[in-house]
Amino acid sequence: MSQKLEKIKSPLDMEPLTIEVHDVEASHRAKTARNDLILMVVFSAVVLGGPWILAPFGADYPDLLQRFCIFGIFAIGFNIMFGLTGYLSFGHAAFLGVGSYAAVWSFKLLTMNAVPAVIFGVLCAGLFSAAIGYISLRRAGIYFSILTLAFAQMSYNLAYSVLTPITNGETGLQLELSDSRMLDAAMGIERTSSLPVTNLFGMKMSGYEGFYFCAIILIIAFYISLRIFRSPFGMMLRGIKTNQNRMAYTGINTRPYLLTAFVISGMYAGLAGSLMAVTDPLAGAERMQWTASGEVVLMTILGGAGTLIGPVIGAGVIKYFENIFSAFNEDTLHAAYSFLPEGLADFMTTISHPFVGEGWHLTLGVLFMMIVIFLPGGLMEGAQRIANLFSGAGKKSKAESSATDTQPAE
Amino acid sequence: MDAILLQILNGLDKGAAYALIALGLTLIFGTLGVVNFAHGALFMLGAFCAVTVGKLLKYETVKLDPTQTTPWGSPAEIRTPIVEEWFGDFGALMIDYSVPFSILFAIPIMLLLGVLMERGLIRFFYKRPHADQILVTFGLAIVVQEIIKSQFGANPIPQAAPALLAGSADLGAVLGFDPGTVVYPYWRIIYLLFSALIIGIVFAFLQFTTYGMVVRAGMADRETVGLLGINIQKRFTVVFGMAAVVAGLAGVMYTPILPPDYHMGMDFLVLSFVVVVVGGMGSLPGAVAAGFLLGILQSFASMNEVKNILPGIDQIIIYLIAVVILLVRPRGLMGRKGVMES
Repeated sequence: MSQKLEKIKSPLDMEPLTIEVHDVEASHRAKTARNDLILMVVFSAVVLGGPWILAPFGADYPDLLQRFCIFGIFAIGFNIMFGLTGYLSFGHAAFLGVGSYAAVWSFKLLTMNAVPAVIFGVLCAGLFSAAIGYISLRRAGIYFSILTLAFAQMSYNLAYSVLTPITNGETGLQLELSDSRMLDAAMGIERTSSLPVTNLFGMKMSGYEGFYFCAIILIIAFYISLRIFRSPFGMMLRGIKTNQNRMAYTGINTRPYLLTAFVISGMYAGLAGSLMAVTDPLAGAERMQWTASGEVVLMTILGGAGTLIGPVIGAGVIKYFENIFSAFNEDTLHAAYSFLPEGLADFMTTISHPFVGEGWHLTLGVLFMMIVIFLPGGLMEGAQRIANLFSGAGKKSKAESSATDTQPAE
Repeated sequence: MDAILLQILNGLDKGAAYALIALGLTLIFGTLGVVNFAHGALFMLGAFCAVTVGKLLKYETVKLDPTQTTPWGSPAEIRTPIVEEWFGDFGALMIDYSVPFSILFAIPIMLLLGVLMERGLIRFFYKRPHADQILVTFGLAIVVQEIIKSQFGANPIPQAAPALLAGSADLGAVLGFDPGTVVYPYWRIIYLLFSALIIGIVFAFLQFTTYGMVVRAGMADRETVGLLGINIQKRFTVVFGMAAVVAGLAGVMYTPILPPDYHMGMDFLVLSFVVVVVGGMGSLPGAVAAGFLLGILQSFASMNEVKNILPGIDQIIIYLIAVVILLVRPRGLMGRKGVMES
């Protein structure tokens, strides 16, 4: 590892590359590995114990838990691109949509088993992102953002119009009784008179079973992301974020690395999309709209771009509050303020009414602005600051103090 | 021939809106170096200025007329708009011309909003990376959009063009084609002339006034202009306000063509960004030319003859062109060297 870094240092360079050298130093390696293990164990425990941990918050029903996992995966994948390389893609929802469509087609044509659907969805999204990434990555900065946005909008428009035979247009792609399901037929699974449900070798994929399926995939996805963060490849991506020109001067062609990151990130989005289809087998074009891309950007920023665990937290927070806030209406608000004196309660109700229910997106927008303005590193940076406050105003360097946050976003 | 002319005309009005928004975006980018994702929201706010003025003008007093009764027995209500009571026929005229009338209100409001936005938010982001600028203005756009949604609802609110201009001109007959082949609404002609006027004013301001000259100098080399003792920041703030006014006016005048709703800004913004990229980041003439060009191309792509050969082309033509341009000519049609190339 350290040898590799020596290699990419060039005599042309005035100063060595500012990649996190301390992370790869031998003395730290063992510590990092131990911390990673702890992190993985804690993460898995929290995810698998989700139904019990979240029960006091009223978020222990499977539908919401599934959404936590799915969007967690989506955000982890987005973070591999944005967090590590700093390339802001505004088109990731397109890959999510492709994953969904592919998974539903797998249900329609092959089998109701979830595994082929997920594999098929990830593969399709990977191919799609390879094509888009190959073109978009020729440009950097805002041009890259606009190119990805343009491609996503193009896919969205096409899904609504010409590709209707594949996407079923505005209605969205759904299961039908007349679907062929060749593998199921070959395996002798009888056709039922009602629509079949998705399954994992016989176990139905809704409710808690669906959640555990998503949760295990989330843990695997998180582990892969952790390995990427710690690998020389991840180091290379961070080098690109820090100073791409310098990387180029040292003789490294950065584009293959970027493209690989983009494809991995697209496959994560496809995975999330196919899981959406697994838990609820339909796919619509609105999943590809750029507002959906904006949402995953939001989750990643909110949690902390470039951190390992941040995007998952961001996804969880947004989906949780979306669920809570959008359920509020004037009466529930009034009930929530009932401990206040009557006049004040009315006043508070009037004040906060535009921010809940239908207006939940307003809260989200305000929150998002606040985060970008005051806490560009997201919630993880906030937690870091608070931790530093208690541990004597940041005596330790940020990267050393905990394994969970590698580096706050710039 | 007449069909081609009709498509060009149809493309022009949408192209004019793109051009106006892209002009503002380019102005902001050229002066302040900020990528403003909230510019579409300014366009939408302009449109809702027209909606608000229209609503205020139509504010009515209700009188009961006991001499007449409605079919179900209650006394008939006579509703008169207050402005009509105050100003008589002139009031009625004001209601009829509420959209052009709103321009008078939209200019100061949009200028104020633009300056507030620059001073209150954008100026803290000059030194931050472009990604942060995109993100914060994107957040602002969501906020503005949601505020409008909570105040005006989610449905489009149609605004009528003045009665005199509500019809269509039979341009075909005027230009010597068969009558009835090239029919074009009067209001769209007005919109075209109006956009041409606005674009002309902006260019004249930058080209022929001392103030504009300093702004252009600042765009070229901000540091030197600052060293000469000119407060260039202040002028750039004014330019931001101006860009907001341009976007707002584009929105005001567009209301009779497209009933405004809260997400119209975002719809136009995505396309306007594409326009800016095609025209060339930082080039004002490029933005205007690309706006009209893409508007017309989009209109051609939606002809049935074209759609039969290439299905779906009307949906993606603009994005497709952007992709091709960015790959073949990364600087855009008229892009300056050294803009956004670091």
